[in-house]
Amino acid sequence: MLSSAATSITVILIVFFLFIEGAGVFTKKPIDDGFLLAVSVDNQVKKIKPSEIKDIYDQKITNWKQLGGKDLPIVLFRAGDITDYYTEEELGKNFEFFPDKINELIAKTPGIIAFFSDKYKAKDFKGRELDIDKIKVSEFLSGEEWFPTAQPIAQMGVKPLIYGTLWVSLGAILLALPIGLAAAIYLSEIAKKRTRSLLKPLIELLAAIPSVVYGFFGLVIIVPLIQSTFDLPVGETGLAGSVVLAIMALPTIITISEDAMRNTPRAMKEASLALGASKWQTIYKIVIPYSASGITAGAILGIGRAIGETMAVLMVTGNAAVIPHTLLEPVRTIPATIAAELGEAPNGGLHYEALFALGCILFIITFGINMLVELVTNRNSHKKH
Amino acid sequence: MSQQSSLAKKKRRNQNIAFGIFTFTSYAIVALLFVILAFIVIKGIGVISWEFITEMPKNGMTEGGIFPAIVGTLCLVLVSMVFAFPVGVLAAIYMNEYVKDGWIKKIIKQMTNNLAGVPSIVFGLFGMSLFVNKMGFGDSILAGGLTLGLLVLPIVIRTTEESLKAVDDTFRQASYGLGASKWETTSKIVFPIAFPNIITGLILSVGRVSGETAPILFTVAAYFLPKLPTSIFDQAMALPYHLYVISTSGTNIEASRAMAYGTALVLIIIVLISNLLANALRKYYGNKVKTN
Repeated sequence: MLSSAATSITVILIVFFLFIEGAGVFTKKPIDDGFLLAVSVDNQVKKIKPSEIKDIYDQKITNWKQLGGKDLPIVLFRAGDITDYYTEEELGKNFEFFPDKINELIAKTPGIIAFFSDKYKAKDFKGRELDIDKIKVSEFLSGEEWFPTAQPIAQMGVKPLIYGTLWVSLGAILLALPIGLAAAIYLSEIAKKRTRSLLKPLIELLAAIPSVVYGFFGLVIIVPLIQSTFDLPVGETGLAGSVVLAIMALPTIITISEDAMRNTPRAMKEASLALGASKWQTIYKIVIPYSASGITAGAILGIGRAIGETMAVLMVTGNAAVIPHTLLEPVRTIPATIAAELGEAPNGGLHYEALFALGCILFIITFGINMLVELVTNRNSHKKH
Repeated sequence: MSQQSSLAKKKRRNQNIAFGIFTFTSYAIVALLFVILAFIVIKGIGVISWEFITEMPKNGMTEGGIFPAIVGTLCLVLVSMVFAFPVGVLAAIYMNEYVKDGWIKKIIKQMTNNLAGVPSIVFGLFGMSLFVNKMGFGDSILAGGLTLGLLVLPIVIRTTEESLKAVDDTFRQASYGLGASKWETTSKIVFPIAFPNIITGLILSVGRVSGETAPILFTVAAYFLPKLPTSIFDQAMALPYHLYVISTSGTNIEASRAMAYGTALVLIIIVLISNLLANALRKYYGNKVKTN
């Protein structure tokens, strides 16, 4: 009895652990533990968004005027830059004067923004420490940049990853759906029983090939092919991911839509044929409309598979965390991001938790897709009775 | 009259075009399967040798063999099956033989479906959080095996349920008629008849477990470990992860290409054998049960 609850317990445990770890990202500030950002007390800019801090350190914002402050050039300062201002003797043998010197520097440089460890923060600190807000859920979802290890402020915007995932998956389904439907029609309506019993297991075998093998195949065959066909600098693109995912989604789409088509009542088909319709007319006027919800379910499940697929996508899409404009650019999907980055993220840190939050998003999407399929197929079974 | 026949002709022509496309597409998909398989077999067959299968990787994984990866994968399969097979089979028996149709059954079914739909990388995250960190197994065969076990649980449950459903009700009724209890009927009549089919589920799961990469990335897999694991608390190499590593991030990707083809071939062989075996068994026993 307990074992029959095993799957339910597992689902609940997955939800629990995923969300506990993932929620951690929203309780932390996107700045490394024990570090602080400080400006001069005279600085009028009160709040700076994480993305703006990144722009400052990338020197895209160079004047406080741009942030609503005084017309004053921004002076960037990282702890390592201290030697540009003071000699080693002035700092002391063990950097014992470091805090004082930073204090001095901030006091005399009105345009400064300084990033340093708080062990160098003097007791009578003369600068103003910037308030860094915790990461908000809305920022996490709508942020356009994913640089989880950026300094001084980690950029945790999942938008490019969500876009990447959707682009690649939709591309895959656009490729796979017509092909899969054609095969399903052939198997259920045209093929002889013998042919069908020969072809179907072979097509299902496509589902058995491990995803890492698809990734490898994509890497050595499809990626170079795309690179030369479209004359691209790199072949690792969203399109390569879509092609590989389309192949992987085919068995799902074919099996489910074929099942649905074979459920079309014989009497319906025969009535259509008796009225003088050709076999093809019967298929597209009777069989396809009748099995529409089954076909939809197949397509949705196919998308679900594609969204969650990790290894194959990781190996062929190039993994650039930028919002893609065409499928011919490198993209990065949510699962690929988790797979690529979790190994380097320190346990329990902000980056680690952000990746778990990505896992939550992925889980919610696929869970929703499963529910949707359930809904669609339930409607179908009502129709039958 | 002539208009009608031209209409009929058009109808016929349309049908021929459509059917031609469908037939071609279906065979093209099968051809694609053979292209993928043939490609890996042709490129990989030259690499496979006794040394390749029984030796440690050498020289930055560009030479030598993949023995530790094979052993690692076998260990993972073993651990995951020791966990998933009994749990899954018991779950299916309970569901199919004991629980009456109702909302409980519906919920359990739905949860099983949902678990089957969870992406494998999420299993990886979960396994890392629960088994590696919370339970303190560290990166180990135990943690990876359990994670993989959870991943295939829905497969084991589904195939077992199907095999139990395939057992004709007359067997059960005859058993009850002779005065057997529910448990006696289940364990002595239903289970033995369904057993061969249940085994096909086990074999399919073995194929699935051997090929999964994402769940073991952070729970067990070692980048390079030229020794065999000595206990289930050791890290291990594994075939799918090894293939991933040497084809994307090895020390010398070009030089290890041959090794990659060989590894892919070994992996494909394991997966194909398990699938063909399962299919053959299903066919064989499927016929047998029916004629009995």
